[in-house]
Amino acid sequence: MMVDGVEDEEKWLAAGIAGLQQNAFYMHRALDSNNLRDALKYSAQMLSELRTSKLSPQKYYQLYMRAFDELRKLEMFFKEETRRGCSIIDLYELVQHAGNILPRLYLLCTVGSVYIKSKEAPAKDVLKDLVEMCRGIQHPVRGLFLRSYLSQISRDKLPDIGSEYEGDADTVNDAMEFVLQNFTEMNKLWVRMQHQGPAREKDKREKERSELRDLVGKNLHVLSQIEGVDLDMYKETVLPRVLEQVVNCKDEIAQCYLMDCIIQVFPDEYHLQTLEILLGAFPQLQPSVDIKTVLSRLMERLSNYAASSTEVLPEFLQVEAFSKLNNAIGKVIEAQADMPILGAVTLYSSLLTFTLHVHPDRLDYADQVLGACVKKLSGEGKLEDNRATKQIVALLSAPLDKYNDIVTVLKLSNYPSVMEYVDSETNKVMAMVIIQSIMKNNTQISTADKVGALFELIKGLIRDLDGAAHDQVDEDDFKEEQNSVARLIQMLQNDDTEEMFKIICTVRKHILTGGPKRLPFTVPPLVFSSLKLVRQLQGPEENPFGEEGSTTPKKVFQLLNQTIETLYGVPAPELALRLYLQCAEAANDSDLEPVAYEFFTQAYILYEEEISDSRAQVTAIHLIIGTLQRMHVFGVENRDTLTHKATGYSAKLLKKPDQCRAVYACSHLFWVDDQDNMKDGERVLLCLKRALRIANAAQQMSNATRGSTGSVTLFVEILNKYLYFFEKGNTQINAAAIQSLIELITAEMQSESNSPDPAADAFFASTLRYIQFQKQKGGAVGEKYEPIKV
Amino acid sequence: MNYLIGAFKPACNISITFADGKNRKQISIEPVLGKKVEHNGVKIELLGQIEMYFDRGNFYDFTSLVRELDVPGEIYERKTYPFEFSTVEMPYETYNGVNVRLRYVLKVTVSRGYGGSVVEYQDFVVRNYTPPPSINNSIKMEVGIEDCLHIEFEYNKSKYHLKDVIIGKIYFLLVRIKIKNMDLEIRRRESTGSGANTHVETETLAKFELMDGAPVRGESIPIRLFLSPYELTPTHRNINNKFSVKYYLNLVLVDEEDRRYFKQQEITIYRLQENS
Repeated sequence: MMVDGVEDEEKWLAAGIAGLQQNAFYMHRALDSNNLRDALKYSAQMLSELRTSKLSPQKYYQLYMRAFDELRKLEMFFKEETRRGCSIIDLYELVQHAGNILPRLYLLCTVGSVYIKSKEAPAKDVLKDLVEMCRGIQHPVRGLFLRSYLSQISRDKLPDIGSEYEGDADTVNDAMEFVLQNFTEMNKLWVRMQHQGPAREKDKREKERSELRDLVGKNLHVLSQIEGVDLDMYKETVLPRVLEQVVNCKDEIAQCYLMDCIIQVFPDEYHLQTLEILLGAFPQLQPSVDIKTVLSRLMERLSNYAASSTEVLPEFLQVEAFSKLNNAIGKVIEAQADMPILGAVTLYSSLLTFTLHVHPDRLDYADQVLGACVKKLSGEGKLEDNRATKQIVALLSAPLDKYNDIVTVLKLSNYPSVMEYVDSETNKVMAMVIIQSIMKNNTQISTADKVGALFELIKGLIRDLDGAAHDQVDEDDFKEEQNSVARLIQMLQNDDTEEMFKIICTVRKHILTGGPKRLPFTVPPLVFSSLKLVRQLQGPEENPFGEEGSTTPKKVFQLLNQTIETLYGVPAPELALRLYLQCAEAANDSDLEPVAYEFFTQAYILYEEEISDSRAQVTAIHLIIGTLQRMHVFGVENRDTLTHKATGYSAKLLKKPDQCRAVYACSHLFWVDDQDNMKDGERVLLCLKRALRIANAAQQMSNATRGSTGSVTLFVEILNKYLYFFEKGNTQINAAAIQSLIELITAEMQSESNSPDPAADAFFASTLRYIQFQKQKGGAVGEKYEPIKV
Repeated sequence: MNYLIGAFKPACNISITFADGKNRKQISIEPVLGKKVEHNGVKIELLGQIEMYFDRGNFYDFTSLVRELDVPGEIYERKTYPFEFSTVEMPYETYNGVNVRLRYVLKVTVSRGYGGSVVEYQDFVVRNYTPPPSINNSIKMEVGIEDCLHIEFEYNKSKYHLKDVIIGKIYFLLVRIKIKNMDLEIRRRESTGSGANTHVETETLAKFELMDGAPVRGESIPIRLFLSPYELTPTHRNINNKFSVKYYLNLVLVDEEDRRYFKQQEITIYRLQENS
């Protein structure tokens, strides 16, 4: 059915065009031979094609455009006729002899155009006659196109100010009256379409209507182009008349489109000065009209206007734009009780954008808008509508975008309340927006109160909100979110240590509610933030005799200890261990031996009780050794205890090579270069020997299990340690020991059971080359190496 | 009956000319070259006739005047006779209708004893001008079909001259039918004869579209109809008890099912002195 309809329509259009062209051809012939009679006859026949009812507006438009082009030629002809002496008044009568009304009126408009140009009659009289006579077309589509033609041909002939058609009798008032009348009639026709034809074709009809709407709207555009329509006239006549028509037509589509049209075509300052009149129309519109979009556009325009120049801002204040808009929105929301929440939120969002642009200094206005929004939302419960949620995000983002400063936003007392009404997913989105804003603008949030408020805002990221489903959370998203929180924590900074400590406490309080999934992300930045504070406390300005209760490194460390402990429950022992070691090192720098010792103890406990994976153990032990090596705060006893334990752990690793490497690493614990009291050559040698033993055992084990010895890598590594300590002047390590180790390795490599390992070979060769190099260096070093033969 | 009539050319040519715009005219008679015309006298008649086509072409003279132009004799060469009918009453206009014709004619008869008389006719048109009527009310009327269609229409006058323009408007008070278009027709009603023999013939002379599409309540549609393009005559009322010609404006509304709703109003058409 549908397809047939379209095909038929194509056929009718083709037939219409053919008929039109044929008559146009005869018309041209008549024009060429200056035959007025035939010209009128064939032009009328040509225009008769426009009488069809079979075409959709779109197709009809194609036909109309062709006729339009032909009528231009006819108009030229009429003009020449009058030059040849034919009276324009006679012509004006002559075309009215046509029996069919539609061709008659097209011809009348065409001659009318020439008539006005001839100035033989006042333009206003001709215009008035034309616009009145057009009443004869009551068919919506044909009427709209005819009147659109009238509007087209009269545009440059309106008796506007400064126009050549302006005269004593013709004033801009007449121009305005003419356009207004044509507009009113066109709108009536357009609205009427809605009520004609069967109900089942409603959708089709609405589609057709929307195709035609610009014909109606164009009149408003023409009005806006009339020079003489100044603010006074707009305010006194144009706007009230247009609005009267809009309100009275009681048609949803028309009201929505025309209100938007008014907003778009007339200048911003007009809107500003007539805000009350314009807004007064909104509550009178049909309940189904999408007021929110229209009103939003208005506010958007005004916002842009305000943003365009600071000079216009006083105007806004003068007309109290904000309170008028605020009232109007209140009234609209009140009047349309069943307006979906989306509408209300959109309106508030636009109003907020408006006030932010116009009154950036009036935070109370913004807060007022948010408050009104909260009030509306409170009647609704949590938002379910996706689009409404999006609008809320827009609403909440607006102040951030404007002020680029969360600190300002935090002053809006209703801001968090609005956040309450979005679902946890949106809360997260919003939280991300806030964090990104902070990042982008490098905002300093420097008091604990603000930090507290901020974390309350972004709680969607900080903790699981009631009953939110976790299983659907995308792992990557989650990580992204938590990394953002981590970055945020790093951003918090205050040079005042007291306040900074408070900030840390506040953050801690919030992140501890985050549960095991979040802590691994949030604890580390907090720990490092705290450590930064510790370093600050050691700064030169720090008064070591601070008053009671002031922040001390000790207090911070205490807090840190408690914070890291929370990772037990996650569990994340490896992370906790690393953090403990970091803290220990910081305590070392602060010369707090007991604290450092405490941290090490915690790390050891974790190592013993929680870290069971062998690879994790290897990593952990190397971390422990590395950290411990750098510690200088410990007394002999404490250090011995810790070193002893570390060595013990090393020897107990699961795999021999790991054991071997850990043990020879331990050798460094007894030899700290820049501290003479920590150079115990004997114990270094003990460690290395032990490492050698283990390497040997590893070799044998390998031989026993696989029939071939493993690589000599471990030996070469130990050789390198020997060389290191040899060079550092450890007297326990002598050339003989090195010599024998080299021989051992060479023997191993030549043994038949040795499986070749090119990497180890190369390593060994480089090591030998190094020895050779050192020998050749001469001087003290060369001398030292002299005894070693390779 | 003379069977030779028609076999030969007439013995002479007669031409009638109007010397000036008034009643003084002349005729000239010219014999066929080299021949003489004998006659029993020459006369000219002015006749006003009404001819009814259905009545076997019979006509009635309502005016008949005779002037004797010549006594019996012979005409050898072209001869001119002036003549004049002064103060002739010509109360009716020339009219050519469907069933009836009103004509004025000049009839010249050259009577001859044998060979038949030579007769020549010359029609002429009579127009009677009417001064503008002193009373010319508008036609205003409200009509309708209950709960279906109520309209009010107005024509600016009831009497129009031939080159007049009808101005008016139609106001829709109630529209419950789907109107497709609205036309204004000019109809001529010619009635001839009387009593049982009355013949009535109605012609639509103009069909002028006033409105395209369906109006709604409150719409008012303008009327502007120029009469000049149409071949109208003045209204004739009871001409010599033989015929009448009347004009009507017929307002026709057509709905989507092509049903016609109409209202007919008589108007009077008169001839106005054009330079007055």
